[in-house]
Amino acid sequence: MKVRIDPEICQGQGRCFSIAPGIFDFDDLGNGVVIGDGTLTSDSIEQARLAQLNCPEHAIFIEE
Amino acid sequence: MSDIVEESVTHKVPVEDFATDWDHTDPQWVNDPYPIWEDLRERCPVAHTDRYGGGWFPTTHEMVSSIANDTEHFTSRMVVVVHNKYPPNFIPAPIGGAPPITSDPPFHAIARRVILPAFAPGPVNALEPQIRALCNKHLDQMVGHEFVDGGTDYAQYIPPGVIATMLGFPSEDEEIFRDIVHLVLDLIDLPSEVRGPLFEPMSEYFTKQIDDHIENPRDDLTSYLLNVEVGGKKLDRQHVAGTMVLVLVAGIDTTWSAIGSAIWHLARHPDDLARLVNEPDLLPVAVEEFLRFYAPVTMARLVAEDHEFFGCPMKKDDWVLLGFPAANRDPKAFENADRFIIDRAANRHAAFGLGIHRCVGSNLARLELRVAIEEFIKRFPKFELADSEGVTWAPGQVRGPRHLPLRILS
Ligand code: HEM
Ligand code: SF4
Repeated sequence: MKVRIDPEICQGQGRCFSIAPGIFDFDDLGNGVVIGDGTLTSDSIEQARLAQLNCPEHAIFIEE
Repeated sequence: MSDIVEESVTHKVPVEDFATDWDHTDPQWVNDPYPIWEDLRERCPVAHTDRYGGGWFPTTHEMVSSIANDTEHFTSRMVVVVHNKYPPNFIPAPIGGAPPITSDPPFHAIARRVILPAFAPGPVNALEPQIRALCNKHLDQMVGHEFVDGGTDYAQYIPPGVIATMLGFPSEDEEIFRDIVHLVLDLIDLPSEVRGPLFEPMSEYFTKQIDDHIENPRDDLTSYLLNVEVGGKKLDRQHVAGTMVLVLVAGIDTTWSAIGSAIWHLARHPDDLARLVNEPDLLPVAVEEFLRFYAPVTMARLVAEDHEFFGCPMKKDDWVLLGFPAANRDPKAFENADRFIIDRAANRHAAFGLGIHRCVGSNLARLELRVAIEEFIKRFPKFELADSEGVTWAPGQVRGPRHLPLRILS
């Protein structure tokens, strides 16, 4: 499973990198970015889901 | 200032039905808007008024989100509802008087990009020690008193101090900042002949600050704005001044209101207070619920062209009151929307807006809110409302307690 942020939708609400700093980071403008290639482990998947459930813009996608 | 204002406040007709005659400065709305919004959401999801030259108030999350994301049919040229939609010297779309909040695409992205780096997590987090020190300075003065005012002794002081540092204004001018905020956000119901001239001292103040920064450039947001180049050109002075007013107005009343509402909540919910005192790690999650439940900021748009919106015939230049706080209480968008759940795990609240105008200052606001509550409850782990009649609320589009009489318990 992989997580990605759609940069067209993200408005830098900052919820993802506060909730799951191991998975997400921010760029110079404060927009959310995925660390590395976004591959999720069985440990990190729950954190990624929680971040997804808190992104007001629905910009986070988790895909098989 | 207040004399002129008091004399000219129009004695207006109290609202009988908010569905056909809404007014967000009506005392009933100011004191407790939530039942009104709930009723409208069930009965008539888009309310209308002929006041302020005509406008709409949609109450569901779906509608609020769709307006915030539709910059073609809704312009941000004015985001605060007042009587005059074309004030003298108004600056037309897509720039508007206070970029980027008054800007539409494509100019909006340029104006927003200019200020984003200053509010990114890196520079903002560096302010934490200063914010903590500021909170403690005011808490030191409150200690030893049984009765304190969470608004006028505490909440109102935190954001202006931070903004003064960012903009590089003298911190002793705080009182002036609060006057400016009051004028822009609270005194909205004045006739425009009275309101217009009140802006002169504010323009003079900003002119003075800009001149001073041109002569003595320093490492702050004002000097940055005066020197930053976009496409090889500096910003014009009007743009710089507009953005400075925006940062001042958007950064002060909003966060002050959010801090005040959180303290108001804790004063009335000893269980939530005890939980935060015992589990400080819960604070970041609780902050999001404070923001959802007591979202302080309602915005506005003007209809850009005639069109139909969820069956409503919207006409060019009608107001639309954009209720992010109402969206946050919509049961279709949130489970148990009308309940404050301090450890709510999934919280896609819209307190900072949605879409391209999403609050630039949200990292700073969250930091101030977290630190201000943390320090307050560290110092005062038990307190209650001293006088619920004595709590007063800011009128208009930014909602928060102004007076908040508390009794500190030992
Ligand atoms: C709890 C505190 C705050 C709340 C609830 C809040 C809320 C909002 C909302 C709802 C918007 C969207 C406006 C729209 O859609 O028209 C906004 C925009 C904005 N806010 Fe905040 N705000 C807060 C604090 C701050 C602070 C501390 C600053 C800066 C120092 C700030 C600066 C801005 C700016 C510059 C914009 C305009 C963004 C744009 O148009 O692209 N805000 N804020
Ligand atoms: S929470 Fe959503 S909008 Fe916010 S930074 Fe992350 S992806 Fe972007």
